[in-house]
Amino acid sequence: MARAEPLVRRWVRPALWALVVLPAPVLVLQLLLDQLGADPIDKLERLSGEWALRFLAGSLAVTPLMRLTSWGWLVAQRRFLGLAAFFWTLGHLSIYTVLDWFFDWDEIIKDVLEHLYITLGMLAFVLMIPLALTSTKASIRRLGGARWNRLHALVYASVIAACLHFFWAVKKDVEEPILYSVGVAVLLAFRVFRRPVRRPPSGGRPADSPVAAA
Amino acid sequence: MLIRHPDDLPSSEITPEGLYQNRRAFVGTAGALALGTVLAPSAVQALSHTGGQEDKVTPEEDATSYNNFYEFGTDKEEPKELAKDFKPMPWTVTVEGLVKAPRPYAYDELLGRLPVQDRTYRMRCVEAWSMVIPWQGVQLSDIIKRVEPLPSAKFVEFTTLYDPKRMPGQRRAVLPWPYKEGLRMDEAMHPLTLFATGMYGKPLPNQNGAPLRLVTPWKYGFKGIKSIVKIRFTDRMPNTTWNDANPSEYGFYANVNPAVDHPRWSQAKERRIGEFLRRNTLPFNGYADQVASLYSGMDLRKFY
Repeated sequence: MARAEPLVRRWVRPALWALVVLPAPVLVLQLLLDQLGADPIDKLERLSGEWALRFLAGSLAVTPLMRLTSWGWLVAQRRFLGLAAFFWTLGHLSIYTVLDWFFDWDEIIKDVLEHLYITLGMLAFVLMIPLALTSTKASIRRLGGARWNRLHALVYASVIAACLHFFWAVKKDVEEPILYSVGVAVLLAFRVFRRPVRRPPSGGRPADSPVAAA
Repeated sequence: MLIRHPDDLPSSEITPEGLYQNRRAFVGTAGALALGTVLAPSAVQALSHTGGQEDKVTPEEDATSYNNFYEFGTDKEEPKELAKDFKPMPWTVTVEGLVKAPRPYAYDELLGRLPVQDRTYRMRCVEAWSMVIPWQGVQLSDIIKRVEPLPSAKFVEFTTLYDPKRMPGQRRAVLPWPYKEGLRMDEAMHPLTLFATGMYGKPLPNQNGAPLRLVTPWKYGFKGIKSIVKIRFTDRMPNTTWNDANPSEYGFYANVNPAVDHPRWSQAKERRIGEFLRRNTLPFNGYADQVASLYSGMDLRKFY
């Protein structure tokens, strides 16, 4: 862990920062340079949603990666990627509300209530709100590792809703939703089929407990 | 109609029933536009029907780079790129079924000497975006009269070219190939129904369905089958590709209808390409005066 520590500070975290932040200015630049095609609003909506799902899936990949590598410090990247997913989802929702519908609340409310894929997208977002709000180390300490972990299991419901949202948002060619969903399914399957955590007789915490990183 | 050069004539003579508006007249003087609107409720732009929403011709660049033509890829930008080496000519259209003399027609034989029409139509995609496109082509009714279907023909079915070597999108089974569409005979004979051979005064670009595509402006865009190689007359309602692929979402009629949502999204409003705010979608895409009577007595929720 001591050897890995400098790596986190010097490389992994800056790289992740670049990864989660840079797509935004790139999209804005593409928009300004008219590189987003004939319907740039639709394109922005789709691309922002895809980035959100990538980071959400990325946050789910941390635990398996941590198990494979035994790099306990990775746990902090999990919350980082989760927050990135939350903010990209917020951006995605803002594009939907402001650019796509321009605060046409009648239509938006109807859309959320009547169209299942929008309902699921909204659900995916709403489930992420308590997770984003409790993403600080102080929250982990306040809730305690076990309760915090239980609360953050909501991410599984959120990512499933997000995948279904993606499936139904696509008219016919579901190749991309399938790719993402298979990836997410593998990451979720890891949780279902992993061997039970060996606990020392005194009753230790699971290796991926956020408290380990706190 | 034997008008060879419609531009030489006042629009009142080209459109005796006010069924469409000549493009030049449309983009011409405001006076002509106003006159056209008063004298002949135009298919292009019946202002009274658009709730004052203006219809400007979509930039050619947008109409030729944002295409749903799955035979050349499912991304909207793909057809332009993947169709650029497609050679539409020579082209043969097979006419078969309930018709006096079923046989293949060379492109010129099918279309030659028929009056070329300028038609600027709204195009409403089922995905809730829309464009205004100046087409050139021949009225489908003129072609149908030429090939002489039997009185027993009640429907007409169209088929797109199936050639995965030339249409790379067909190498994936995204849709059941080849693409098929159909119209009831009265819809096919309707004066608004066009076989387009060009747009923006140029030959039809490959990505828009060269060399021959259907345009039915009161229906969702997917009815506008592209690169047509077969016309079959039949007495039974033909299968259509999107209906086969997803019957609960795409019907045979596919008339633009803001009151009947797609199961997954609203059809009440649309975004005109190039505009920011969505506009209201009009019944029959604003062509209700011309076509609503075709469906009188039909439950449009059931026959979507």
